[in-house]
Amino acid sequence: MQNSVSIRDLSLNFGSVKVLQHLDLDIAQGEFIVLLGPSGCGKSTLLNCIAGLLDVSDGQIFIGGKNVTWLEPKDRGIGMVFQSYALYPQMTVERNLSFGLRVAGMKKDEVERRVARAAEILQIEPLLDRKPANLSGGQRQRVAIGRALVRDVDVFLFDEPLSNLDAKLRSDLRVEIKRLHHRLKNTMIYVTHDQIEALTLADRIAVMKNGVIQQLSDPHTIYNKPVNLYVAGFIGSPQMNMFEGTLEGTTFTTADGTVVSVDTYDFAAPSNGPIQAVLGVRPEHIALGEAAAAMPFSIDAEIEIVEPMGSDTLAWTKIGNKAVTFRCDSDVVIETGQMVRIGFDPARGSIFSAETTNRL
Amino acid sequence: MADTALPLEAGAKVNRPSLLKRIILHNLPAKIAALPMMVTVLVVFVGCTLWTIYYSFTNSKLLPTGKFVGIEQYERLFATSRWNVSVTNLITYGVLSLIFTLVVGFILAVLIDQKIRFESAFRTIMLYPFALSFIVTGLVWQWIMNPTLGLQGTMRNLGWENFTFDWIANPRMVLYALLIAGLWQGTGFCMVLMLAGLRGVDEEIWKAARIDGIPTWRTYVSIVVPMMRGVMVTAVVIIGSGIVRLYDLVVALTNGGPGISSEVPAKYVYNYMFSGGNIGQGLAAATMMLLSVIIILIPWAYLEFGGKGRRT
Repeated sequence: MQNSVSIRDLSLNFGSVKVLQHLDLDIAQGEFIVLLGPSGCGKSTLLNCIAGLLDVSDGQIFIGGKNVTWLEPKDRGIGMVFQSYALYPQMTVERNLSFGLRVAGMKKDEVERRVARAAEILQIEPLLDRKPANLSGGQRQRVAIGRALVRDVDVFLFDEPLSNLDAKLRSDLRVEIKRLHHRLKNTMIYVTHDQIEALTLADRIAVMKNGVIQQLSDPHTIYNKPVNLYVAGFIGSPQMNMFEGTLEGTTFTTADGTVVSVDTYDFAAPSNGPIQAVLGVRPEHIALGEAAAAMPFSIDAEIEIVEPMGSDTLAWTKIGNKAVTFRCDSDVVIETGQMVRIGFDPARGSIFSAETTNRL
Repeated sequence: MADTALPLEAGAKVNRPSLLKRIILHNLPAKIAALPMMVTVLVVFVGCTLWTIYYSFTNSKLLPTGKFVGIEQYERLFATSRWNVSVTNLITYGVLSLIFTLVVGFILAVLIDQKIRFESAFRTIMLYPFALSFIVTGLVWQWIMNPTLGLQGTMRNLGWENFTFDWIANPRMVLYALLIAGLWQGTGFCMVLMLAGLRGVDEEIWKAARIDGIPTWRTYVSIVVPMMRGVMVTAVVIIGSGIVRLYDLVVALTNGGPGISSEVPAKYVYNYMFSGGNIGQGLAAATMMLLSVIIILIPWAYLEFGGKGRRT
């Protein structure tokens, strides 16, 4: 399949600060890519480079097979949605949608047709005569999406579009963006720091840190097979349980002496001598009671804190001296101070080298 | 405000007997604190305005003691060519000054806003004339524009024998000489106001306009300027009040001359009241100034604050 957006060896420096370093990224036609990372990781910068709002220091950007590295934003075939909506406050919704097209000198009936189509898709027809100040946050963001829609472009760029909305609206609009993607089948590049948004929306997620893509993969792989400690720690709430220790062959010994046999773990490259390593296990991969006893590794532990979350229950305990959280069904009755059997299968965990922080 | 006023009113109807008490006692310390200002407003502003209007209908000379003579002073006022020239001058100066101060101030602000180096240095230089009084401004420009001592003399001494810049001595051009000095003094302040307005525009608006392919000048005209409405109103009010009271610049730069070609109404008022010994005439002129300001302000105020609580 032809790539919709290709980024080749892209670097961007602000003075001596390297914001992006030798970045490569290929995005297929119709793909939904999420750039995920904490603030300051360069994800918004990368999006602005793709949009043409920032000049790159080195490298090339292709959109639809055309080298657009030095083209103006309007000539790149992109539409963009911003966190602050960036609607023109003195214009009605209809003017907001049509202004760019009118300035470009498009025929009036074509402008009307496109505005009508965008309004129909986003269900903002009743709002067309209003000013942005008289719209709610969710409605404003729809109008902002509409402004990208009327441009009739192949690539949509979203710069944290839901971050200014409250939690309820955010999840509603998230579903709508996904629906929009299914309907339009455009390429979409979406920047967020919210991992739930990333996991739910993306075909592929690019986890970024310090201007470098750490891992580019589908949500399932990102979640279950993170390539390094950073990705493992960043994705997942509550965080993955991390045990520091030494790995010798297939025997992992934690810092306080608990021995875990990791025979079942699928090593990328078998290691020989004893090395410093980190074993990571997601809270929901830790089993309780009888199920735990059937696991390759199990141990007795005392429950310290129970947090019922409604859909499930989160419990805090200790293995050795290390605090551990695990998730269990909300119907299971556990109490603080109770001794329980917990266990996990190392095959579902992740082992990282403590030295390189990479997955083993 | 309109939303909160309604329940209050409803409550007042229920407790009608205590209404007067509540008006007086509600937030009493604040009312006491505001009392001196309220008295000042009533006595100085309203009182003196009424006093001015009353005595403009008398034949007072050196002291405000004359007897009522109806509109005699006004008839005389509009028969005086000096007054008529003053009014024409003020209108010409006012329109040009308002337009140029706004346009030049805005353009300077746009230029400063281009992330240039030494921005604060430029801002200080531009704002500096505003820190000088009109008297100093007028004096400085009087020297610069003086045909024998200033720019013209210097250029002729350097060899340009035909170089002519004698606006200040030319009855048809002297108003524009005033305008130059006025703009020099006022644009810096206008620029700083506009710059603050420009800085208040969200950067993402600019990004969105670039994505939409809207040219920069068009973004300014159609998007940014409408967003700066509040700043514009402030600027117009400040510039406008400066125009109406134009006096000291004229006194320092031309003293109304040559002849009466650069007279302005404020100067007319001052001359008649304090040196001409004709208070009735001066007050009639002052009342006309007040009237014209009111005629301009009322439609504007109606548009701005009138209607049905339009607040967007």
